Amino acid sequence: MTESSNSNQLPPDVLRGLLSPRVSRRSVLQAGGASALGVLLAACGVSGAKKGPTGTAAVDAAKAYWEKQKKTGSFNFANWPLYIDVSDKNKNDHPSIDLFTKRTGIKVAKYSEVIQDTGSYFGKIQPELAAGQGTGYDLMVMTNGVYLDKLIELNYLIPLDQSRMTNFNANASPVVKNPSYDRGNKYTMAWQSGITGIGYDPKRVGKKITSWTDLADPALRGKIGMFGDTQDLPNGAICAIGVNPETSTEADWRKAAQWLKKQQPLVRKYYEQDYIDPLSKGDIWASMAWSGDIFQANASGANLEFVVPDEGAPIWTDNMCIPNHAQHPLDAMIYMDFVYQPEIAAMLAESINYITPVPGAAAVIKKDAAAATGADKTALEQLATSPLIFPTASDSTKLHRYRVLTSAEEKVWNSLFEPIYQS
Amino acid sequence: MSTLISPQAGRQTTSRPDRAGRRPRRRWLLPLWSWLVIAWLASPIIVMIVFGFNDTTGKFNIRWQGFTLRWYRDLFTIPDLTQALENSLTIAVIVTVLATIMGTLLGVALGRYRFRGSGSINLLMFANIAAPEVVLGAALLSLFLTVGVPRGYWTIVIAQVMFSIAYVAVTVRARMAGLDPSLEEAARDLGAGPYATFFRVTLPSIMPGVLAGALLTCALSIDDFIITSFNAGNTVTFPLWVYGASRTGVPPQVNVMGTLIFMLGVLLALVGVVYNRRKV
Amino acid sequence: MSRSRLGARLTPYLLVLPGWLWLVVFFVVPTFVMLSVSTQTGDIVSGFQQTFHWRTYVDGWNQYHTQFIRSIVYGLITTLLCLVIAYPVAYWIAFRGGAHKSSLLFLILLPFFVSFVIRTQSWNFILSDNGMLLSALKNWGLVSQDFHILATAPAVIGGLTYNFLPFMVLPIYVGLERLDPALLEAAADLYGSKTATFRKVVLPLSMPGVFAGVLLTFVPAAADYVNAAILGGARTTMIGNVIQTEYFTNLDYPKASALSFILMAALLLGVFAYARVLGTEDVLDVAAR
Repeated sequence: MTESSNSNQLPPDVLRGLLSPRVSRRSVLQAGGASALGVLLAACGVSGAKKGPTGTAAVDAAKAYWEKQKKTGSFNFANWPLYIDVSDKNKNDHPSIDLFTKRTGIKVAKYSEVIQDTGSYFGKIQPELAAGQGTGYDLMVMTNGVYLDKLIELNYLIPLDQSRMTNFNANASPVVKNPSYDRGNKYTMAWQSGITGIGYDPKRVGKKITSWTDLADPALRGKIGMFGDTQDLPNGAICAIGVNPETSTEADWRKAAQWLKKQQPLVRKYYEQDYIDPLSKGDIWASMAWSGDIFQANASGANLEFVVPDEGAPIWTDNMCIPNHAQHPLDAMIYMDFVYQPEIAAMLAESINYITPVPGAAAVIKKDAAAATGADKTALEQLATSPLIFPTASDSTKLHRYRVLTSAEEKVWNSLFEPIYQS
Repeated sequence: MSTLISPQAGRQTTSRPDRAGRRPRRRWLLPLWSWLVIAWLASPIIVMIVFGFNDTTGKFNIRWQGFTLRWYRDLFTIPDLTQALENSLTIAVIVTVLATIMGTLLGVALGRYRFRGSGSINLLMFANIAAPEVVLGAALLSLFLTVGVPRGYWTIVIAQVMFSIAYVAVTVRARMAGLDPSLEEAARDLGAGPYATFFRVTLPSIMPGVLAGALLTCALSIDDFIITSFNAGNTVTFPLWVYGASRTGVPPQVNVMGTLIFMLGVLLALVGVVYNRRKV
Repeated sequence: MSRSRLGARLTPYLLVLPGWLWLVVFFVVPTFVMLSVSTQTGDIVSGFQQTFHWRTYVDGWNQYHTQFIRSIVYGLITTLLCLVIAYPVAYWIAFRGGAHKSSLLFLILLPFFVSFVIRTQSWNFILSDNGMLLSALKNWGLVSQDFHILATAPAVIGGLTYNFLPFMVLPIYVGLERLDPALLEAAADLYGSKTATFRKVVLPLSMPGVFAGVLLTFVPAAADYVNAAILGGARTTMIGNVIQTEYFTNLDYPKASALSFILMAALLLGVFAYARVLGTEDVLDVAAR
């Protein structure tokens, strides 16, 4: 045998093995016997959700549940990237959480930025929840819309302890109290709200962007980013054709899909949250974007601008909620109410620049501005009056909620918009 | 001459100087091409290593901003990343042990014995190796969804063992095919029982194949993304973490860990080469 | 005596049992479960029931045949590129590598020691519009200012070629390295010219290696989705991306299963047909020796 003379045995041995599968027709037939497993074809399906109690029974059940819970001293938090304050020195240190630990003695054992798209994250945790297992987290942040509706409908969320929402009741903006997607805040409390508008690099684009039609400008061919999802992309496109998505009809959707199809040759890519990196690097020059992301990218060195297009834009709310089988629900509950203090809300707003659910934070930011000096001072002053953080009534007329879809409508909607971003 | 260094050098008859007259004139073309390909293969690795030393300040590790060893010092400051690396390494060990044992037994049986059903087992392994990763991952996911098994650490182990067994088996089978059966007969004639024969004679002679299979399994396990991502649930391994982070900016610690894993792999392979040389 | 005979006959089955069982339970059974899921109907809220709804296959094909065909085309181009790039390299190492064969082969294998995802990410970084490569080319005026590679088909195919090239080099190398030098010498004497020797002897005898290389490259390349996700853009979506999205974002398990099944059937049938046309049995047996 000459092969032993080869001093590097690894690849040849492996390959020699691979080169000789020795497949014969007879063995194919033998393996056909495995088709007896065809009986499996008729096996039972993937099971759905079990319905929980309703009405007053549900209220009692929730009460009984919370009476049993004890503080454990820590909890796990699943959030989106770039969605909490960070200290200047250490990007993994979050001052608002440190303050929470100092005040309550509760630690955030695990803070993970695992959510980058509501749909993908729902897909990830759904099987665990369906199997009656925990997600490993006690608090997660989900955007209003189809997937949050599903979480509620499937009984995957723990009803909140209404007696532990004092800060919320005192300080929350009317916009996030009793929202249409969660009447009476039974399951959720808002984390932040935001606008899906356009983020762009003024130096590269070379002009001011004001309208959705700028995202269909042939001069920007190959430098345009769009969201690749079933919420922001369609709702944004419906705004682009001058229609309010909330009250849009199927005919409007078709028109919006047409608009997107026409724009498609100019689009570089349909993104999740990964548009920030190429937008900061200059791979794309203008993109559908979330308001706060642009500020945070600028904070780490980029030079971008965010606009709410003239035709209007989607506004959404991300919500804190407690998934079933959470191990430390009470600690999470205490945290949820904790962030509704103006002081904490201001800390978050100053760092992440999304629409805060606590209007009282403006006063705190103004006070901080008065105490600050130089560039910090002007930045904070701007922040306290920024329409992107504290929208005025007139701004609000331009901002529209997502279209709420029945499951029949959802099928039509998806069949119109899926082929566009899955191209 | 070179024959002293490597036995196969003696085979280089076609390139002996005495044939120089008939050699095509563009002799430099082939080596140039090959070195270009090697440079191409190495370039992203070099970029990865270099940017692990980048003194970047912002969230993005894009432009070269000066040399630093900071990221080596701060290697474990991202708890999720550390956890992911730990998962990857422990899973790799478990998977390597399980897949190597089962794969070796399969390989020995297929290489040594003729028995009914061996053909369909060969086919099964061939299909397993030839099937696209997405489908392997998706099929296993379908099973877990239907049976209602929550996905996590152990489903990753199951999935990775599933796609590794066949690789080990074919490697060992090839080694068995090259083994002289009279050795085992001799051992038996000398009164060795089946176990003694296996552990004293068979195993040592197929050891290079077993080790190669184990090394391959270990590499496949640490590297696997597609099948693992389908069956990981909320458990995160190193490649999964990197893929997630690639969407918002990869921190330099990833480059450092990539570099260290790279070095470890190279080291292991070199040890293997030296070990095999000694055997020869 | 008879007991030990029985034992000897059982031995191979006992040896095979654990690995066989693992493959059956976690590879064969899941494939049938996937087939079962693909004909179910329902949704994630109310669950999925078996209704033998084979139409999902038709719908899936109608909706995503572009991505299917694109994946096959990308896979074929990748395989061809790998072959063209790898053959000379394997040839060079096998016949001119001399004492350094192992070291050269090792260099070809280097990428295997870096995670697949990191390698691909690294290309995204190198190729970015204002990255090290393109900004240099733009500064020298070799390409226009708005030129880009990322998010195009060449970027995806380039990434696939990069990632699967070693799978092509190795088997070709193994095939070539095993050629009997005496045979080559005889051929050289017979035909006189190097080109003829190569065409009439080396090339045909290296075909088994090429076959294995094509197999090891084409299937994973056509079914990949990581390269398209990291290096691709609009209009480069591959079927792997669609399957991934259907499973994890749209939660349409039947459609996802149907698409996976079509993909597997297409690729495996292709592989077996390919093996049969080339007369695998003989070719591979030669290669194995």
